[in-house]
Amino acid sequence: MWVKSLHLSDFRSYAALDITFEGGVNCLVGSNGQGKTNVIEAIGYLATLQSHRVASDAPLVRLGADHAVIGAVVSHEDRHMSVEIQINAGRANRAKLNRTPVTRVRDIVGVLRTVVFSPEDLSLVKGDPGERRNFLDELLTLRTPRIAGLRADVDRVLKQRNALLKSAAATGMSQSAADTALAVWDEQYALHAAELLHERVHLLQQLQPLVADRYRHVAGDVGLDVAMRYQSSVAGTDDHTPGPDEMTAWTPMHWQQRLLEQLRVHRRQELARAVTVVGPHRDEIALSIAGMPARAFLSHGESWSLALSLRLASYDLLVGDDIAPVLILDDVFAELDDVRRAHLVDAVTSATQSFITAAVEHDIPAQLHARRYVVTKGQVSDVRPQ
Amino acid sequence: MYEGIVQDLIDELGRLPGVGPKSAQRIAFHILAADPVDVLRLADTLRQVKDQVRFCEVCGNVAQEQQCRICRDPRRDVSILCVVEEPKDVVAIEKTREFRGKYHVLGGAISPIDGIGPDDLRIRELMARLADTTVTEVILATDPNLEGEATATYLARLIAPMGLTVSRLASGLPVGGDLEYADEVTLGRAFAGRRALS
Repeated sequence: MWVKSLHLSDFRSYAALDITFEGGVNCLVGSNGQGKTNVIEAIGYLATLQSHRVASDAPLVRLGADHAVIGAVVSHEDRHMSVEIQINAGRANRAKLNRTPVTRVRDIVGVLRTVVFSPEDLSLVKGDPGERRNFLDELLTLRTPRIAGLRADVDRVLKQRNALLKSAAATGMSQSAADTALAVWDEQYALHAAELLHERVHLLQQLQPLVADRYRHVAGDVGLDVAMRYQSSVAGTDDHTPGPDEMTAWTPMHWQQRLLEQLRVHRRQELARAVTVVGPHRDEIALSIAGMPARAFLSHGESWSLALSLRLASYDLLVGDDIAPVLILDDVFAELDDVRRAHLVDAVTSATQSFITAAVEHDIPAQLHARRYVVTKGQVSDVRPQ
Repeated sequence: MYEGIVQDLIDELGRLPGVGPKSAQRIAFHILAADPVDVLRLADTLRQVKDQVRFCEVCGNVAQEQQCRICRDPRRDVSILCVVEEPKDVVAIEKTREFRGKYHVLGGAISPIDGIGPDDLRIRELMARLADTTVTEVILATDPNLEGEATATYLARLIAPMGLTVSRLASGLPVGGDLEYADEVTLGRAFAGRRALS
């Protein structure tokens, strides 16, 4: 699929923008603070209903405006679909599909699919475990929309369960009374969390070889092997930590039993701390290169290459699912040397459509045949390819 | 801000569920412009509702006497009991005309976030109703959300040792709808709960 045209009004720095794109590589060139990233942020928002830069919608609406609009025509196998979202800061957003309002904004998810890599993604390697869990869960949601509901359920049960633990601690509830009260929530929690764990472990199994492959190319070193391991707070027991293959073989039912067992083991601790201490929200996806834990040992350049590999591998996985998303790389070439740039050129030219931003023209490799757009002061003008 | 009493009215209306500040303002001005007779009738009805309506001492549904209409009706099947969260759920099920048993209204669902535990619901009353052998089947018709499911699970565990038939409402596709319009969760549930035709 590819974005045929984009319309913005009162989005970030843009009062109004109408721009047409083409399949293949589209390069947005402009100095810092001119509005390149805003354009790709808008495209990403239309795909995921969230910005890759900020958690809330308010900064997306141009200062002084009431609402922002992002609209696009997306072409998929020669069919055109128009999709539009109105972002109302502080109120519910509204969306339209082929000019017709949809009842739920979520209905437009899936019309456009993107994989975005941006400098912020360094936190996938260097940041807290939550960043990596989120990465995995978002990829799951992109592949199977049902997962969005599952994630919401897990969060909701956790909130309920933690509220119960807190009130049990506050009222000095006896262990047996707490057991009775927690029983139903343990069951609901295990039911939903087990499914999420099962999905995550399966995804990781599929993703791991793709990440390793991409890293070899991006880092230009064949000898370094990337390992991704799911470290579960649920899976292990005192005398046995299951390996990746063992965990992949587990059914959701198996996870459910493991989780219920772990909840029993940690009951006293949970009551003392008034918080759920085992489950998908406490897990880590441990990244390592040649046996060295990535978070502690990798240099800036290596971390950056690994983060990029994670995104490119997600892209590969989605292509394998027959979804071929739009590939968006924000400010990616500036960080790479010439050899690695050449490898990346292969990746972006093979995509149905890709967007690349760069601050200066000479960051874009000469061998990249791309349509250029110059971004200055919130204006985008396209330049014919030389 | 409007002067004194007008603003008070807007504030009061704004406290009602589903009424935002703008709607509250619109309703307030409608009341100001309306015929005094109509407004007094509304005021009277509000007062009467609070004075006269109470909750059925058997099932917890809204009633004007000690027992509600359904509990007093001798034609209803006393062997089957449908457990719901709110009185409005009773009305919804009554509209189907499918169910001829009696009801038990819990007054909500278990939700620790809102500080609602099993003791805050009419569960003790339910267990008392099940204590003799009149009721043989219990249908758990709590909402199909997390809190509703948790409440149903809790009740099922409590009732199971009594040897009664306990069932849960099915969840799946809306009748008369198109498959394509179902959301992923509903459709997924419908798949999980599919039944054999032959």
